[in-house]
Amino acid sequence: MSDRYLNLVNSPVGSAVASRVGLPRPSVLRRYSAGDPLLPGPLLLGSTSGKPTAALRKLLTTAGAEVLDTLGETDRLAAVVLDARSVATPRDLSGLREFLAPGLKALGSSGRVIVLGTPTDGADITADAARQALDGIVRSLAKELRRGATANLLWVADDASLASALRFFLSGKSAYVDGQPLLLGAGKAPAPKDWDQPLAGKTALVTGAARGIGAAIAGVLARDGAHVIVADLTSAGEALAKVANRVGGTALHLDVASDKAPERLLEHLAAHTKGLDVLVHNAGITRDKLLANMKPEQWDSVIAVNLESQLRIDAALLGSDQLNAQARVVCLSSTTGLSGNRGQTNYGATKAGVLGLVRSSAAAFAAHGDSTINAIAPGFIDTEMTAKMPLATREVARRLSSLQQAGLPIDVAEAVSWLSSPGAGGVNGQVLRVCGQNLVGA
Amino acid sequence: MNTRRAAIVGGNRIPFARSNGPYAHASNQDMLTAAIDGLVARFGLQDERLGEVAAGAVLKHSRDFNLTRESVLGSRLSPNTPAYDVQQACGTGLETVILTANKIALGQIDSAIAAGVDTTSDAPIAVNEDLRAVLLEANRAKSLGGRVKALAGIRPTQLVPSIPQNSEPRTGLSMGEHQAITTLEWGITREAQDELAAASHQNLAAAYDRGFQDDLITPFLGLTRDQNLRADSTAEKLAKLSPAFGRSFGEQATMTAGNSTPLTDGASTVLLASDEWAAAHNLPVLAYFVDAETAAVDYVHGDKLADGLLMAPVYAVPRLLARNGLTFADFDFIEIHEAFAGTVLATMKAWEDDEFCRTRLGLDGALGSIDRAKLNVNGSSLAAGHPFAATGGRIVASLAKMLHEKGSGRGLISICAAGGQGVVAILEA
Repeated sequence: MSDRYLNLVNSPVGSAVASRVGLPRPSVLRRYSAGDPLLPGPLLLGSTSGKPTAALRKLLTTAGAEVLDTLGETDRLAAVVLDARSVATPRDLSGLREFLAPGLKALGSSGRVIVLGTPTDGADITADAARQALDGIVRSLAKELRRGATANLLWVADDASLASALRFFLSGKSAYVDGQPLLLGAGKAPAPKDWDQPLAGKTALVTGAARGIGAAIAGVLARDGAHVIVADLTSAGEALAKVANRVGGTALHLDVASDKAPERLLEHLAAHTKGLDVLVHNAGITRDKLLANMKPEQWDSVIAVNLESQLRIDAALLGSDQLNAQARVVCLSSTTGLSGNRGQTNYGATKAGVLGLVRSSAAAFAAHGDSTINAIAPGFIDTEMTAKMPLATREVARRLSSLQQAGLPIDVAEAVSWLSSPGAGGVNGQVLRVCGQNLVGA
Repeated sequence: MNTRRAAIVGGNRIPFARSNGPYAHASNQDMLTAAIDGLVARFGLQDERLGEVAAGAVLKHSRDFNLTRESVLGSRLSPNTPAYDVQQACGTGLETVILTANKIALGQIDSAIAAGVDTTSDAPIAVNEDLRAVLLEANRAKSLGGRVKALAGIRPTQLVPSIPQNSEPRTGLSMGEHQAITTLEWGITREAQDELAAASHQNLAAAYDRGFQDDLITPFLGLTRDQNLRADSTAEKLAKLSPAFGRSFGEQATMTAGNSTPLTDGASTVLLASDEWAAAHNLPVLAYFVDAETAAVDYVHGDKLADGLLMAPVYAVPRLLARNGLTFADFDFIEIHEAFAGTVLATMKAWEDDEFCRTRLGLDGALGSIDRAKLNVNGSSLAAGHPFAATGGRIVASLAKMLHEKGSGRGLISICAAGGQGVVAILEA
């Protein structure tokens, strides 16, 4: 479903009108396509401790960034990266303002601002207060940025996944991730042999893959090198076969909510694969109704498909020999799980429940050969489902984010694929929102 | 010459639709391509060059002279996969399995798809035979005058098209009318036929409900289950239907629309391979093709009782069993294609008949009884429907899966075909 308004305000006449009457002016976002350079222009690197570390500089140049230490008058920047890990007092925060202010003025469209911070640890009240302040700065800054630029905060508790995270957040793959903090912890996060094929040799399974976000996830995992098993209900088999044939994967008819689903899945993996490396819990349904009018079957079916199925399949995999070491599990949550939504108490329950599941099972997955489990919480994404919304509701919903537009299924898929990659091994038990900094929710 | 085992890796079919139903506007090529693509998706065969694809249709447009190859070119298989058409009436589907399995056994190919498709909705309609003669004459004429003269010979009656009929060219009788004679001759009761039909529906419905069909079917054009299937079918309900065939027998007419297969559209595929090919592709083997036999009866001049149009499998099966040193007791599953309930019951009754088996089959006595608990346990054509050339593939894939689920065992397939023919085969796991 194309965004006609976005197209209009990006035309010469539409742009002039929108600017004069003060209408929202969403930009066409820079999205990744195979072979793209990491950034379309230079990156300004700075540090609150004076000089950025050589290690950080090397990570960025190795990733293909042209790194500037000082800003020339005519420079147009594609990204600004500030290492603020040394911030220890509120006074240190002024270093951010000093460094970022000129950089922001030189930032081009779909620019990237990335701040590295040290996560709070309860050891020092003053330090924690100053560190946490970074979150407020980045979230507010993200709301100030225009022309498709984003700002995100990486809490670096450990360097393991820093290289991989920087690549994701600087590239067009993170187009719709905005105003988000993400904790990078310890873990096994080997660099892939080929950064363009980080999932080469891996076997991935995506549930609910017949259409929409699931189909997009299957496509990106396959692009990144994985053999993808696409699963969905038998009734969706026609569309599912087309997805499998498009991505060069295999189709599996599986009702994740059925009692036999975990057993069937394990049988299939044992017979057809050398174990599973990536599992994407994407299957989900909505049965919207105000709580006062909700029928038991509407409640139960949503809980069964969106939450119980994940719990049972995860438990079965952990208890089997079919989940490989350094496996990656990515669960689809929703901003509804964070902020709630009228008419979606059942759906909201499951999407918040998934967050609890992810946080609570991170340790178990880490113990399973350094595996990880994380959640993606998409905001308003243009899909067949949202195409059915009334025009006015959809138009308003699309503009309610800092990027003033809906995301695309590919945006969610890129985030899923990154969390599924070997290099993301230091991210575990986390929730990443892909919502364009939607105005609702945390 | 060394031979090797031909493995059945799996299958895929589209749900079968009643004639002029959801697939009314789908051609044979559309359905066959969809069934192949579903198989490709299930087993990850995108861009794979297979040894060959053999398939066929009973009702075929003249333009579909290369139906299977055209379907392969429209599919996600490698365009370098060769293909050919096979046609042996309702035996087509099973015959493609036999042909490709034999080539695999001989080492000529390592992998194959055996398939079949039929539509009675998008049936070919040809011009009237007299009109065709006139048009060909006009085409042969060398001058304009000659052409005009030839075309002037067209008469209004010649404009009535020639529509394909479900009847035997040599007798003019429809298949149902032929079977009605056999059913009567063998004294098959209405109750027995209705019970068999109800069991077929109930068994197939149960198979769907327990997910047995999940990896055998890919929905097509919105249809997710066989349209003909009635899960609530009972012998009592079927007993209320009026006879559809053999009505000239009056009170003795027993064959209804309920205990006969309806005209059906659909397509089915089976993936066969050598053990090595299957292992190299990480694909588990469901079962192996063991042996096959065909037979034919002289239904035109022969005996009403012994040479019924659909009775040829009665002759093929004992020959196949003898060659393999087997009896019915050696089988865990028996799949007898339900062209009509009367066909299945007459076939089994013939094998139980001492005199018939001695005089016509050359045996010492009755071939034996079939344990009904082993017969068509997941339903058959009365419930699923019968798109002629697609039935063989449906049965082979389903039986192979049943044998795989059981872990080991043997299954017998018996399919009757127009022209008084029968194609039968053995699978084992």
